[in-house]
This record gives sequence, C-alpha cells and structure tokens, in this order.
Amino acid sequence: MSAEKKNLILAFESSCDETSVAVVEDGHIILSNIVATQVNSHKRFGGVVPEVASRHHIEQITSCVQDAMTEANVSYDDLDAVAVTYGPGLVGALLVGVSAAKAIAFAHELPLIPVNHMAGHIFAARYESEISYPSMALLVSGGHTELVYMPEEGQFEIIGETRDDAAGEAYDKVGRVLGMTYPSGKEIDELAHTGKDTFNFPRAMIKDDNYDFSFSGLKSAFINTVHHADQLGETLDRADLATSFQQSVVDVLAEKTLRACHEYDIKQLILAGGVAANKGLRARLEADMEKMDTVEFIKAPIKLCGDNAAMIGAAGYVEFLKGQRAGLDLNADPSLEFDWIA
Amino acid sequence: MKILAIDTSNIPLSVAVLEDKTLLATMTTNIKKNHSITLMPAIADVMKLAGVKPAELDRIIVAQGPGSFTGLRIGVATAKTLAFALDCELVGVSSLELLAAGISDDKTDIVPLFDARRNHVFSGLYRNSNELINELPDQHRDLVAWLTELKERNQSQIFVGTDVDLFKPQIIDILGEQAYFPAPFLNVPQAFILGLIGKDKEPVEQETFIPNYLRLTQAESQWLETHSDKDHNTYVEKI
Repeated sequence: MSAEKKNLILAFESSCDETSVAVVEDGHIILSNIVATQVNSHKRFGGVVPEVASRHHIEQITSCVQDAMTEANVSYDDLDAVAVTYGPGLVGALLVGVSAAKAIAFAHELPLIPVNHMAGHIFAARYESEISYPSMALLVSGGHTELVYMPEEGQFEIIGETRDDAAGEAYDKVGRVLGMTYPSGKEIDELAHTGKDTFNFPRAMIKDDNYDFSFSGLKSAFINTVHHADQLGETLDRADLATSFQQSVVDVLAEKTLRACHEYDIKQLILAGGVAANKGLRARLEADMEKMDTVEFIKAPIKLCGDNAAMIGAAGYVEFLKGQRAGLDLNADPSLEFDWIA
Repeated sequence: MKILAIDTSNIPLSVAVLEDKTLLATMTTNIKKNHSITLMPAIADVMKLAGVKPAELDRIIVAQGPGSFTGLRIGVATAKTLAFALDCELVGVSSLELLAAGISDDKTDIVPLFDARRNHVFSGLYRNSNELINELPDQHRDLVAWLTELKERNQSQIFVGTDVDLFKPQIIDILGEQAYFPAPFLNVPQAFILGLIGKDKEPVEQETFIPNYLRLTQAESQWLETHSDKDHNTYVEKI
C-alpha cells in the first residue's frame, strides 16, 4: 500500500504590506513560507501608504512564488490547489495576490480557493495545535480587534469588535507620541515590562454588557496626558506611560475574552493576529486561562502572528476540503467581514 | 509563435491570441467594470476560442503603461505571473505606443493621450513612416504645457485615445487647425495590434518587470522634498 497522497496548497497573501507565498502540506505543515516585508519603506511615511504597498507587491510577487516553490521543492504538478487572501485589506494590494493566484490556477488548471484574511490569522494557530470546535478566537491586529465564535469548522461569527480604533492602531499612534518609529507595538511591549501602571488610563467599555471594544478614548487620554505634561515642561516616565497604556489594553481584551469564554460553551480559546505577538497580552491570557480547565488556550506561534501565506494555506485547506472554490472572476473584497452572530 | 496579448491600462480591456501575425481570437470591452473580474475569464474564453492551451503559449505581451495604476497592475501581475508559471517569454509595450500604432498616416505627428486627472495627461509623440517611431517619450504632463509644446512643432497632429473627447475643446483652442481627430474606432486600444507590436520586441526579465507608472506616488514625492533616496535600507526584504 502506498502512503496516502499528501495535499499541497500554494498560498498567497498580499492584503497589506507583506507579500507572502507559502507551500503548505495537509493544512498544518509548512514546506515554505516566504515573506517579503515592506516595513522599511512605509517607515518613511509613518504608516502604510496603499499605493506604495501595491507597487512593492508587484515587484515581489513572482520572486516570492519562485522561492516558495524552490524551498518546498515542489513542481506545479505536485500542487492540489491555489489559495489566496481576497479580503479584507487594501484593495490595490489584494489585487496583486488575487491576480497572481488566478494566473497560476489558470495556467496549471488548479482549483482556486478564496480565503478571508481574518480566518487566515485564526488558522495560524493550526501550526500550534489541532483546532476543536466549538471554539473562540480573539483576533487583534493593526486593522482589527474582534472576538470570533466558531461553532464548527469553517464557520465564523463575530460576537464583538472594536467600535473605533483597532488595538494595534492605538499602539502605533501612541508610539508616535513617544517618538518611536512605525510600527511601534514591539517597542511599547518591551518598554511596558520595565515600568509601573501609574497613570491609570481608562478601561473603555470594560463593564458593558457586550463584547465590543473601544481604544480611541484610551489613545486620547494618553495623548492628552503627554501634551499636558509637555505644556508644563514636565517629562513623564516613558516606561510608566508604556506600562499604563499596555495594562489598559490588556485588561479590556482579557476581561471581555474571559467573559466570552465563560458564556459560550467552547473547547478552545485561540489568540491570533499581529498583536497576538504582544508578550504582555500572551502572559495575561495564559495566567487567566490556567484557571479555566475546561477551555484549552492556544496561541498562534509568534512568527506566524504577522501577515503570512502559511496561515492562508492552513485556512485554505479547510475551505478546500469543504469544496469551496472561486471562479476566475474572483475579485478583491477590501471590506470582507465574518458574519455577525444574530 | 503563439502569443497572448493583454491591455488593461484604462477603462477599455482588450485580450487577443495570435499565431505569429495572424489574429486567432480577440475580445475588447469598453465598460466600467473592474478589470480584476473581467480579465482572467476573458483570457480563458479567448484562448479557448483560439484553441490554444496555456502550455502552448510562447509569448505574453502586456501594455505596460502609463495608465490607471490599478488597471496596469492587474494586467502586469496577470501577464508576469502567467509568463512565470508557463515559463514563456514576457514583453512589455507602451500603452500609448499601442494607440499610436493604430494610426498609419505618415504625414502627421501622432499624439496618443490618457486622462491623468487635474488637467494632466499621460502622452507622448510618435511618427509612423514604415515603422513607428517614438519622437517624444511618454510623459505625465500638464495638458496646457504639453499642448503649447506641441504647437511649436508646427506640424499637423492627430490626437488618439478614448479620453481625447474630454480635452477636445482645449486641444482645438491651443492648436487650432493643427489638430486632427481619427475615426472613433481607432480610439479604443486593440490587443491584436499590441500583439503585432510586441511580437518583434525583446523579451524582458520577468521577475523585475513592473508597470511604467510615469508618476511617483504622492507620498513618495512629498517625502523626497525633504529626504534623500540614497543610502537607505532595502525597502522590501524577505524575512
């Protein structure tokens, strides 16, 4: 008996400022995961400029495919499908990945699998552990902050999300006030481990009877505190500022997530998205979840928290098994969303 | 040689399959529908009608710009990835040259033109005597400055492109009887002509192939006013 044929998916991700192509085996083994990051370019502007991002994607796209195929040591004949992020994200950026994925699917008569970028982030956790349903995910990134309930495989329902800024966005804006270069999440996280929570910034909506978040009030409180001190000629302790800011973010995220874990009958909590690499957030949820022995806590691996195509391959594999296919008319959908729970 | 030619530079979209100089099948649209929805199915349909399988393609020719940034990227990303995936030749042709090539009058300047908004245009100057010659390079110009420069040539000039109607009053105002306008069907770019032009050009290096935008992004030009573009870290790096 020969071994069962392995499933191989060529996956594309280009929704923001990373061009990434991966080859993924059976939805959970990374054969290659090439990530070309544009962060040095967007640092010039203090944030991602969509047209600049799109231009970089087209410079990189075939080189990333080449590297991914070579590193995985596979040929087109070995592939079972092409998976691609078609939203949410920057439309011009998404279109490069979508166009390239369609070209390869057409050239080699491969099925094309449309993948929601946010589902991709959740499935980065698949490289840590199998996912059991029902499950809950806390998705935190520069563009999103949401709690997603997954009653079964391939079903995603938002139970709460930010009403204004995403958590990662707040980090970048606060970082700018502290004179840090974009993106500043990692630097604030590191600084936050050296100070004390002395400023007691607001914890918006923490007691509200819903799973929504708000970070713009925290951002304003932070900026006002710093500006007020500047006017008085005072210098505030940067470490204490960072700690106080991070503590507020982590408190709100953890409290609402824990409440969701208690109120929903779930087997796992998944932490995913770019901000899931935040050490403060990981440690806090880990400590909290230890007290809940009915729910397993799974963190997306740190190196797969940022945008990458391996996570798209993992999510694409699930869609592939469900028979989900896109036509050659697949378009980018910049505001693609999960359904809201009724 | 089996050729696939693609133009998505502006609102018109045109795809053709050629066998050497002979057209096998073509499709052209001039509707405001997203090229990302239309292009790949159009390629599949035209190739099927032509009876050409992807693996049989020897060369892919794409209109490389100038034009709509998004439109160019859809065409170039598709063409470049197809050429890469099929290991066939890739050729880029100026989107303006494609329009100029439709005009065979050898006694006039040929001025293809696209709207670049805020009374700016993408344009260039071509002459077509036996072969098409680019006399003034494709450029992004203020319309009035461009027309004033053309006026000084004292030549009859034919303006071609779907956006020409929009600028007709200004063109006539500055150039008067020096300006001519072609039969309307010549304003729509045809991928068949793109195939004919690109058939004899040198193939390009696929990996580094990008659209000719002819314009920096606004963010970059503003940044360059106060910064130097030298000695910087690599803007994009594989990690």
